[in-house]
Amino acid sequence: MSGDNGNEKSTWRNKVGLAEMLKGGVIMDVTSAEQAMIAAEAGAVAVMALERVPADIRKEGGVARMADPLKIKEIMQSLKASHYEIPVMAKCRIGHFAEAQVLEALGVDYVDESEVLTPADEHFHVNKHLFKVPFVCGCRDLGEALRRIGEGAAMIRTKGEAGSGNIVEAVRHMRSVMDGMRRLHSLPHEELMAEAKNLGAPYALVVEVAETGKLPVPNFSAGGIATPADASLMMQLGAEAVFVGSGIFKSEDPAKRAKAIVEATTYYDRPETIADLSAGLGDAMRGLDLRQLEEKDLLSVRGW
Amino acid sequence: MRIGVLALQGDFAKHIDSLHRCGAEAFPLRYAEELGAVDGLVIPGGESTTVGKLMDRFGITEPLRERAVAGLPVYGTCTGLILLAKEILDSRQPRIGVMNITVERNAYGRQIDSFEADVSIQSVEGGPFRAVFIRAPIIRSVGESVEVLCEHNGNPIMARQGSLLGTSFHPELTDDLRVHQYFLSMTHP
Repeated sequence: MSGDNGNEKSTWRNKVGLAEMLKGGVIMDVTSAEQAMIAAEAGAVAVMALERVPADIRKEGGVARMADPLKIKEIMQSLKASHYEIPVMAKCRIGHFAEAQVLEALGVDYVDESEVLTPADEHFHVNKHLFKVPFVCGCRDLGEALRRIGEGAAMIRTKGEAGSGNIVEAVRHMRSVMDGMRRLHSLPHEELMAEAKNLGAPYALVVEVAETGKLPVPNFSAGGIATPADASLMMQLGAEAVFVGSGIFKSEDPAKRAKAIVEATTYYDRPETIADLSAGLGDAMRGLDLRQLEEKDLLSVRGW
Repeated sequence: MRIGVLALQGDFAKHIDSLHRCGAEAFPLRYAEELGAVDGLVIPGGESTTVGKLMDRFGITEPLRERAVAGLPVYGTCTGLILLAKEILDSRQPRIGVMNITVERNAYGRQIDSFEADVSIQSVEGGPFRAVFIRAPIIRSVGESVEVLCEHNGNPIMARQGSLLGTSFHPELTDDLRVHQYFLSMTHP
């Protein structure tokens, strides 16, 4: 693994380390150079370069794939040209390692193997250990989180329900992961193997979580955040940073809302600040009542 | 000895862990009012434009600059180093701007070029230090009263100017406490 002059590139610490640097921040979905600038000006710690935000993917249907490389390059170049150096992430389909290879070749800083796109493999995720670029993956519970980490994900995000503008699934998934960790932390050692079997998770990672009480990689929240109070809620429930997808650019005043959500993520535990930040933001995205959706319309059930 | 770790965004929790393991009292600092009660300050890794904007918006930049100029020991890693620099190549982003250095952000390239390497640090005993670089800056030039404490492949990656210390790399991501101990020694001269 030794590169030029004794440098060892893309180590596990480098991959997890970038996720550590994003903590307390907001990662925003953007679909154009203009949106990337609005996100950067607002104080986003990174952008997710997409062709369509999840709300539009949901509305338009069809197969959702990796974005056009031209789109990703346009966003990378516009940030560089305006002297913003924030990381650029992009999504590949679950199991589509060729899309992941393309994203690595384009030089994106993080790959999101995402349930928001149409899965390419209904049994297997990408072997993320084989890549130099770090990966983030979604999860609904602790077992799913540990399977993805076992495959090499250097960052985990709870899935929520992307493009819904509804926080209920994000809350369910974050509570599930946090409860899972608290439970493991309280179990006697002899019960951990059976628990690994129940969770469908690698034994070594189960033992690690039981000892430390936390995931070995940062745990962010995604899928449904639309307001400063949503960001505050997820941070108080244990998220270490938040992804905001459709919630910003499907709202009435994206620039103002983006800035407010950035500030709410830092000062999440000061209600007076959240109150100020929530005032006069204009309409939030309209959102969906998830109880009206059928199972086949849910994105969060994708992933194995 | 109370060390504040600027906790607006970034890996502040890692620094707090390292400082605790050194036996120091450390806490996350998010309000200008808390600056009065610290004997030292760490500015962690993160995204420098995000942290700079939040410092400006919440009125922290000016009081922090005043305390740094008045001699408060401050240690910046990566983003922290960038925010301490007077000059940032190609950028007019908000900063504290108290160290006589010019830095270049992301000087090694994109994330896939992030790396680790063994480096040797002046005044830090005990052999090489494993330095973790993540989309790291390089110090491109140093001015008056700045001492370069470490170079890697000919580039300065650690510098000190009186009570101000900065590194391009992240000691808080390793178990090696020697750089944090070096900083703590600056807080009780």
